[in-house]
Amino acid sequence: MLPLTSKKEIDEQFRRRLRLLISAVSIVFLLLVGRLWVLQVLQGERFTYLSENNRIRLRKVPGIRGAVFDRRGRLLIHSPPSFDLLLMPEDAEEPEVTLRRLALLLGRDEKELLGALAKNKFRPPFEEIILSKAIDWRSVVAVETHQMDLPGVSLRVRPKRSYPDKGMNAHLLGYLGEIGPAQLKALRERGYGLGDEIGQFGLEKMLEKHLRGKNGGQQVEVNAIGRQVRVLHQVRDVPGHSAYLTIDRELQKTAYQALDGKEGAIIVLEVNSGAILALVSTPTFDPNVFARGITLEEWQTILRDEMHPLQNRAIQGQYPPGSIFKIVLAIAALEESEIEPETRLFCNGSLVVGNRVFRDWKKGGHGWVDFHKGIVESCDVYFYQLGQRLGVDRIANYARMLGLGVKTGIALEGEMSGLIPDTRWKKKRFGQRWFPGETPSVAIGQGYVSVTPLQMATLMAAVANGGTLYRPWFVRRVESADGSLIQEYGPEKIRSVPFKKGTLGHLRRALRDVVNGARGTGRKARSDLVEIAGKTGTAQVVQMRGKIIKSEQLPYSIRDHAWFVAYAPSERPEIAVVVLVEHGGHGGSGAAPLAKKVIERYFSLKGNQVALSDGRETSEQEEAHAN
Amino acid sequence: MEERLPSRKRPMRIDRRIATHFDWSLFALAMILALVGILTIYSATRDSIQEGSGILALRQLYWLVIAVGAMVVSFMVDYHRMNHLAYHFYAGVLFLLFLIPLFGLVSGGSQRWLYLGYFSLQPSELGKLAIVLVLARNLQFDEPTGGYCLKNLWLSFLLATPIFSLILLQPDLGTAIVIFIVFFSVVLIAGLHSGSFLRLAAVGIVLLPVGWQFLKAYQKKRIWTFLNPDLDPLGAGYHVIQSKIAIGSGRLLGKGYLEGTQNRLDFLPAQHTDFIFSVFAEEWGFVGCVILLGLYLTLILLSLRVVRRARDRFGALLAFGMTAILFWQATISVAMVTGILPVAGIPLPFLSYGGSSLVVTMVAVGVLINVSMRRFTF
Repeated sequence: MLPLTSKKEIDEQFRRRLRLLISAVSIVFLLLVGRLWVLQVLQGERFTYLSENNRIRLRKVPGIRGAVFDRRGRLLIHSPPSFDLLLMPEDAEEPEVTLRRLALLLGRDEKELLGALAKNKFRPPFEEIILSKAIDWRSVVAVETHQMDLPGVSLRVRPKRSYPDKGMNAHLLGYLGEIGPAQLKALRERGYGLGDEIGQFGLEKMLEKHLRGKNGGQQVEVNAIGRQVRVLHQVRDVPGHSAYLTIDRELQKTAYQALDGKEGAIIVLEVNSGAILALVSTPTFDPNVFARGITLEEWQTILRDEMHPLQNRAIQGQYPPGSIFKIVLAIAALEESEIEPETRLFCNGSLVVGNRVFRDWKKGGHGWVDFHKGIVESCDVYFYQLGQRLGVDRIANYARMLGLGVKTGIALEGEMSGLIPDTRWKKKRFGQRWFPGETPSVAIGQGYVSVTPLQMATLMAAVANGGTLYRPWFVRRVESADGSLIQEYGPEKIRSVPFKKGTLGHLRRALRDVVNGARGTGRKARSDLVEIAGKTGTAQVVQMRGKIIKSEQLPYSIRDHAWFVAYAPSERPEIAVVVLVEHGGHGGSGAAPLAKKVIERYFSLKGNQVALSDGRETSEQEEAHAN
Repeated sequence: MEERLPSRKRPMRIDRRIATHFDWSLFALAMILALVGILTIYSATRDSIQEGSGILALRQLYWLVIAVGAMVVSFMVDYHRMNHLAYHFYAGVLFLLFLIPLFGLVSGGSQRWLYLGYFSLQPSELGKLAIVLVLARNLQFDEPTGGYCLKNLWLSFLLATPIFSLILLQPDLGTAIVIFIVFFSVVLIAGLHSGSFLRLAAVGIVLLPVGWQFLKAYQKKRIWTFLNPDLDPLGAGYHVIQSKIAIGSGRLLGKGYLEGTQNRLDFLPAQHTDFIFSVFAEEWGFVGCVILLGLYLTLILLSLRVVRRARDRFGALLAFGMTAILFWQATISVAMVTGILPVAGIPLPFLSYGGSSLVVTMVAVGVLINVSMRRFTF
């Protein structure tokens, strides 16, 4: 053992070491102060930002997207609440047990629910997992009533876009989709965020800025485990505007039913305004599928469908017009005085141009044919000859003047322009001159000629209204949620064609007799309700050289397309109708009856409407007449 | 604590002269720092989810009363009596440390506390005092010329090893490191032979990789993440990053008392113990931190003055050991939460929540006052 207390004083060496130490201690403290200077003063701003970020979360409150109504206020699209099934694993003692119970209750596969949990293994704490979106009403009730047995399970209400008429007006209304990465990049400034829905097609896309509700949000302070502590700021969500269309849902329905089981398009226009009353394209798709989140498989099925259900045939389908193109020839010939209405040309069943023989659809021919008979009986040889007299360039001029070969400018994406050939086009496209032998085909709407059903509809409306081409439109007004007017739309003239006196009169008399005359090709459209005027068209898909085979006997894919273009009533017309049935055979039998159905429906609705009319509509029509 | 036991043979007598030399500045500094600690603990735990509002601050206040009592005892008893009682104290602490693996409370993966009815005791804190006492007793005699060689120090090493090892095994890496550093600080100030110093350093460097093997996985991870905190921002690096965010966001003047968002929303880990400085820094800013560090520095410099003026070598070594405990814990703790050193859980003296730590800190100050006021007695 060492001796106890020595009471020995400390020596000079000890003191020297202490003095050194004082400087060392001071240096250490200076270092710490320096470190704090760096953190708090030099980098303070950055750390302040980080600390704000740490504790503040943004919670989105979706603004409800505006509803869409037809011309008489009937609902076409709305956003009713739907229920998402959520799980907060932190609130469930044993999430797996809860999920098994839930699967049993809802009759779902428990693997699917457990999979959702496993997939979100690395989510931040206190963030809910979406087990299933937009569950059905039965499941909602089941979850609500068994709440006590399902700790951690909850329902979240979310507006879900709904299209009650499903595919009936899908091409017009379009659909929503989740915002893509490229879109998000472009639109972030306008308040779009990840996971937002955006109009991807049709009206939903075109009216995106009006229909879209402004998302509200809550700035929520959370603690380190993600629990909400309090709401710091709140931005109210603003519902989107509502849109009122010119579409008549009932008429749309009739057109849709008329095309049931067929591929084609039907368009109904108001002749004095260009407003679209109905626009249907079949086959169609259900936009609700997109609203609930389309699966990859469903998307692939739609894309791979040979019938291309996404294609809007009314504006995107380009078809040879066939005999309905004779209307253009008839107008051109009268306007250019190549013939008088009384001028008679002989039809013996065919016409030889160079070394080619152009046959008439009627074996043996029509004999002597004048303007009226030429159109009513749709004599090909008569129009071959008009074509030769006019030449392809003059035909093309009139076709374009009447709105063919150029887009109508309807406010829908993807419209096609069709094709009206002339010598310049031929030179440019093929580097060849135009051969006279090619003109007869053009004269009867075959060869290179192609048009869209919508172009034909505007053309027919112009014939019916005295020569004015209107741009087709279908949105009448946009109103905010509280009913105040945001924007109103009206008829827009493309041009008025200055027809010579008499031209349209002769043409319209002929078109009336196509339907109502004893030998008219469109007799099947004849109605007891209203006098209809129109023109049939049978567009060849494949050129049948020299042979005439009944269309019904051909394989489906090369059967003729059936056209019928019409307006009614034939005096003081109100509506123009275009029917196209792909591979529908002869226009007189394949398309005319459909047009009749739609036109009759229009007038029967109009009869009922006298009681329903809201005044606004009449004033609009008067306005249209004044135009 | 043995010092608390009144001795019948030598009743405590305070000389008037001793009382006049009472070191009020040390006492005042300690009290100010302890009160700052209670206020900061209140802020850190006010919205605590596990504990009720203010309970921990109140508990720390009770501990402060006990700690001041312990401090009074430790400056009343003539420090020369500590020379006699050094080994008794050492044996008692060693005994308590041995009890821990048998009866200790397990918390957070380590076993550090002995539960004593109304409170729990952390014997590793007392280990720091025991080491200083033993060293002061062993090294109080004249320094050999050229300093102590290893052969002069074998007893000190022998006595320090079980305490160090038991604490390391708890595991309480932070306290073990402090004991290690305090031990060598005292040896160095007492005078270490330069050759021995080099030899010790060489052995240390050789043992470093061996020691690495003994570290727990989470401790290794802490060191790795210290070297690169962004490696695992939501995992092991989380603590340091959140602590730096808290301190940095305090900026020049702080967010204001009770306004620290990092702290209040529980982003800070162990906010009332190891990370108490971050809480303080967030709320008081750079200015507050400089003042706080100024208080610590003043305390250390005053303590070193006590060492220099100590009447004898034993008193000087004792006072120096206490100074070393305060200095190293304060600077290492701040260095850890500011990201200068890897985090190993060292409480900040006076400020961190914890009764044992506060008692030991106040006792250290008490011993310093003791040595200071007895510098003129013979």
